Amino acid sequence: MFPASCAQMPDNLPAPDLVLAFERVTKTYGSTIAVDAVSLDIARGAFVALVGTSGSGKSTLLKTINRLVEPSEGRVTIDGADVAAEPAPELRRRIGYVFQNIGLFPHMTIAENIAIGLRIAGRGEEAKVGDLLDLVDLPRDIAGRMPDALSGGQRQRVGIARALAPGAKLLLLDEAFGALDPVTRDALGTRIRDLHDRLGLTTILVTHDMAEALLLADRVLVMKAGRIVADATPAELVSGKGGDDAQALVQVPRAQAERLQALVS
Amino acid sequence: MSAFIEALGRVPPLLAAHVLLSASALLLGIAISLPLGIWSARNATVARVSLGFASLVQTIPSLALLALFYPLLLSLSTLVGGGIPALGFLPSLIALTLYALLPIIRNAVAGLQGIDPAVIQAADAVGMTPAQKLRLVEAPLVAPVLIAGIRTAAVWTIGAATLSTTVGQPSLGDMIFAGLQTQNWALVLAGCISAAALALAVDALIGGIEYGIRARRRWLWIASAVMLLAGTAVATVPLWPKSGGDRTVVVGAKNFSEQYILARLIGDRLEHAGYTVEYRDGLGSAVVFGALSGGDIDVYVDYAGTIWANEMKRTDVPEHGAMVAAIGDWAKRAHDVGLIGSLGFENAYAFAMKGAEAKAKGIASLDDLVKAAPGMTLGSDLEFLERPEWAAVKRAYPLRFAKTTPYSPTFMYRALESGNVDVISAFSSDGRIAADGLTVLTDPRRAIPGYDAILMVAPKRAGDAKFVAALKPLVGSIPVEAMRAANYRVDRDTDKQTPEAAATWLANRIGR
Repeated sequence: MFPASCAQMPDNLPAPDLVLAFERVTKTYGSTIAVDAVSLDIARGAFVALVGTSGSGKSTLLKTINRLVEPSEGRVTIDGADVAAEPAPELRRRIGYVFQNIGLFPHMTIAENIAIGLRIAGRGEEAKVGDLLDLVDLPRDIAGRMPDALSGGQRQRVGIARALAPGAKLLLLDEAFGALDPVTRDALGTRIRDLHDRLGLTTILVTHDMAEALLLADRVLVMKAGRIVADATPAELVSGKGGDDAQALVQVPRAQAERLQALVS
Repeated sequence: MSAFIEALGRVPPLLAAHVLLSASALLLGIAISLPLGIWSARNATVARVSLGFASLVQTIPSLALLALFYPLLLSLSTLVGGGIPALGFLPSLIALTLYALLPIIRNAVAGLQGIDPAVIQAADAVGMTPAQKLRLVEAPLVAPVLIAGIRTAAVWTIGAATLSTTVGQPSLGDMIFAGLQTQNWALVLAGCISAAALALAVDALIGGIEYGIRARRRWLWIASAVMLLAGTAVATVPLWPKSGGDRTVVVGAKNFSEQYILARLIGDRLEHAGYTVEYRDGLGSAVVFGALSGGDIDVYVDYAGTIWANEMKRTDVPEHGAMVAAIGDWAKRAHDVGLIGSLGFENAYAFAMKGAEAKAKGIASLDDLVKAAPGMTLGSDLEFLERPEWAAVKRAYPLRFAKTTPYSPTFMYRALESGNVDVISAFSSDGRIAADGLTVLTDPRRAIPGYDAILMVAPKRAGDAKFVAALKPLVGSIPVEAMRAANYRVDRDTDKQTPEAAATWLANRIGR
């Protein structure tokens, strides 16, 4: 479905190399184990989907990357450096994070929201708000509006523009499309994949929707009870590989597709 | 109406002091509440302690809270060897500041906890430091709620500041308390309306800031803030330092008509001598001597027996002249306070009954009263029953009244007139004794000490020759009839005069 998307990566980067590594990352809340000793490598330029039911630990695992969650044990490294080695704000300014509730600053204009990353980093350069609005398919004239004047889909596009504005190369999407209607959701998903390819991002998408994962990602990880129970390409999953837990999730969109097919034949 | 307009003339200096006190207490309150509120929003234990303390303060009546700081500061001052004023601005400021804490802390906590968690997570995720998060996100979002709290605190503070009169801090309450005492309703009304107008104006302006920030109307909140600051500056103009600050003297007065009149009489003479005069009215008997020796006031009139019993703790009753001389020596020695002399009349505690009833029951002296007392009610002023004079009377005469009821002096006479009480602790210089046809009971055992009115001056004025010279002519110049007549002009029910007018009348009467 997305054949050879890696081929669109910029040539100057070395072949898929190590960018992000989890080393026996564990997170417990009291006696509850949210993430259970996960070890995992993610290559530069990959678009990885982290799929699982609610409470599987996928969102907690994602947040250990930008330290919105500090692991109880184990560590996360980016390009070999422990994420805990520098102050959290410094780390987070290099990582784009988009989540379901968006969290646009209600007292700032769209332009101010998008420019906030550069502003707090004191980098002095003007955010190219117009270009960023183009990037996420928003009209430039909304720059002066307030967030409450926008639709849910438009707000999430602003959230993506805000995450990308400081030039992040690592993009974390935490159920980012969860609250959107299916049409907007599909359009935005496609747009994200396009941006991922054009900007040479490394993207991790947390979702409970296997169809979304299969259609957007190069690599799908299935989480259950804090562990990764499947690690396969979309093609492998669709062809029945990846184990029972993964296949249970793949079965949902497959059955839906077959029923739709039955309607026309 | 003209009385009301005349009363409004007293507003500016009192309004200035009121605004300065309220604004200082509010600013100090904000300075304490803001960090405490932020800390409380992040830490449940701190929230419990700070909100609990602030709520506890609110349960103390504001009058009691103000009064509480007088003994506290006094003992603190003794502890550190003096120098901490126990009266006036400081205790008022502390009490009002404590009063302002609760609404600000509570709104800060509620506002911070009410921010959408997604916004806070976004602030963290884009890489804000805690300080940036506070400045760029939390502060602007919490501002309308916080300012609503400050608005509540401001209105409370302005209202409670009227009570600071009782601890010797000038405020619009001076007019309310003095008016209530002398039944000058125009003065009460002018004081109340001024205080209410001030509160409403501040409420409206802070409301403008709050709405302007909430609705993102920049011009509105900036304009409101500018008007608030300008208003504060204009209202406090009478307090701005003028040249010759040493020429400003403060005349103190206790809380009854005679004291108000004498204070004006003294003040008028000092103004003629070129001093700028301010008045501290309504000081309690217990605090006024402390205010003088501490230099908070420069001059006031006290009564020999009061100093004798309350300050010197003496229970013997010497002859008048010897007593005044002994007080003069003691005041100089113990407090460096100067006694200029006796004014010439006495204002002693005097037990009084309705003339007809005294005659009918055959009561002429306190000895006669002993038998009749168990069937009678004693009406007293607010402090008499706690004073050593009452203890001395009871030692000399075994008086057992069926009931004792304290009143403010004006209402004490009304109670006697209406038959609610049978005997009152009157004052011998009170004009109402003659006017109401009361019989003053004699004191054959000489239990009540002499109450010669004496002019007392603060340590730093005792050596000011010009100051003393301005007041010296008053010594021995006021016969009790003149004082009674002057008092009656203020205390009578019809055609009442202000203490100022009565003081002018008295000055003419005694030819000074």
